[in-house]
Amino acid sequence: MKLETLTQSIGEWLRGTGPESDIVMSSRVRLARNVANYPFVSRATDQDRADIERFLRERLATLPIGRGLEYIDVGHLEEVDRQFLVERQLISREHADAQGARSVAIDVLEQVSLMINEEDHLRIQCMHSGLDLRGAWEQIKVVDDQIEKVVPYAFSPRWGYLTACPTNVGTGIRVSVMLHLPALVITRQIDKVFRSLHKISLAVRGLYGEGSQAMGDFYQISNQTTLGKTEEELVEQVGDVVPVLIDYERRAREFLVRETQQNVHDQVSRAYGILRTAQTISAEETMQLLSRVRMGVLLGLIGDVKIADINVLLVRTQSAHLQKLRGAELDVKDRNIERARYLRHYFEGGHSGGHTSAN
Amino acid sequence: MKCQQCDHPAVFHITELESGAVREVHLCEDHARVYLNQSEGDAGPDSLESAEESGKKQPTGGKLVGPLGVAQTADELSRLDQKVCDMCGITFFEFRNQGRLGCPHDYIQFERELEPLIANIHDATQHTGRRPSRTSVADASGSFPKEPLPESTAELSHAIGLRRQMREAIACEDYEKAKENRDLIRTIEERWLART
Repeated sequence: MKLETLTQSIGEWLRGTGPESDIVMSSRVRLARNVANYPFVSRATDQDRADIERFLRERLATLPIGRGLEYIDVGHLEEVDRQFLVERQLISREHADAQGARSVAIDVLEQVSLMINEEDHLRIQCMHSGLDLRGAWEQIKVVDDQIEKVVPYAFSPRWGYLTACPTNVGTGIRVSVMLHLPALVITRQIDKVFRSLHKISLAVRGLYGEGSQAMGDFYQISNQTTLGKTEEELVEQVGDVVPVLIDYERRAREFLVRETQQNVHDQVSRAYGILRTAQTISAEETMQLLSRVRMGVLLGLIGDVKIADINVLLVRTQSAHLQKLRGAELDVKDRNIERARYLRHYFEGGHSGGHTSAN
Repeated sequence: MKCQQCDHPAVFHITELESGAVREVHLCEDHARVYLNQSEGDAGPDSLESAEESGKKQPTGGKLVGPLGVAQTADELSRLDQKVCDMCGITFFEFRNQGRLGCPHDYIQFERELEPLIANIHDATQHTGRRPSRTSVADASGSFPKEPLPESTAELSHAIGLRRQMREAIACEDYEKAKENRDLIRTIEERWLART
């Protein structure tokens, strides 16, 4: 599986088949780990980083999971390919933009990805569709157990797993869910929700875009602390709040349908209309309109589009995906045209019948 | 919530305890920087600060002086800043400025200084979660110990210091010393990084 294969497939977590996947797009668990015989990445020399990368790669290859992993040398990728991996959520933006030897190992289902030399020597990540933190945690535990048999992690009985940033020390775990909350945004309740989450030590950030204004009403909720609680407690801490948020969002959606049916129907129809006919369209606008249409599908106002289709489009209309699908480098203007072309083609080509295969 | 000194959103929420009374201060990043720099000079034994950024806890308050959870005078802080890690050579000042530590040994070298910081971030100073169940060192009979061996981290992190010295020796063309260091590194790594 090289990048070309990834271009044609879609990630497991996008399939929209997991529990509560109308609101919860995906669940993710990440672990931060370091080896003890080298400095942390930011202090490591180029030689150090090359040594660490080679050591970890060789060790990972000896493991049972190693057989199912595809290695990508991020350090030597073209920028568009690095961007592609970021859009696919397989590597972080930091990993793409950093310097020095770094790589990522990805499993064939795109559920597990292991970044080497991101902020820590090793960042293990597991993503599942819908609300399935427990499943993601169980899977990543297996991976972590296998790796630590052959890689001596930097660990202290007091501080736990030692990480480059003290904000990650201890369990080194980041538990997060990606939520789609358009009704809470429209009914202006989203700020209230953020404040109450912050009070219980959960961090919220917009998935696309900066700060509190999330493009497309997609948000990521995650734990803020990593020390002093067990991994299970932290998985629970995030997991427990999700049903509450789901309930708020569902009620807000019901309210919208009850009180403002005409308005909502009009908004989602217009969004759907633009996506199907625009000749040029920006990434931001696409995100916002897809978010509307996604809500429209869930409210039963749009019948011929599936959630999985929207999930796929959210990724495939991003800039690197567009360029790879097209097989050419495109500047912003051309990308906007290509994006519109791709959307028109997708909606009229019968793909909205639930197909999630490549066009 | 808006900054108490301007119209920007408040991202720093500071709780001041002054002779029994609690005062809450909400500031944007720029005003917080000014505020904390000023109050650091005034900080006396009765005033404690805890700063928390909404949505994300900064380990050191970025370039701000002060939010380590304990009252600090400018003198104390500059003494602290000069502390150096024996292995990777990072100074505490460098750590505070970039928010990242240099190597695992820093958690030992700077333990006392890190403690209030970590307590501030996590409200805890003791790990309660998973532990590595074994290392990759087999004993004479070829079986692995069941208990975690903290010595693996302590010994392996010595390799960091040795490697740094080795590079310095090479730079000074002291190849004798460089070879010594390299052999020591090799011994440590062979002991702890042996394949299964």
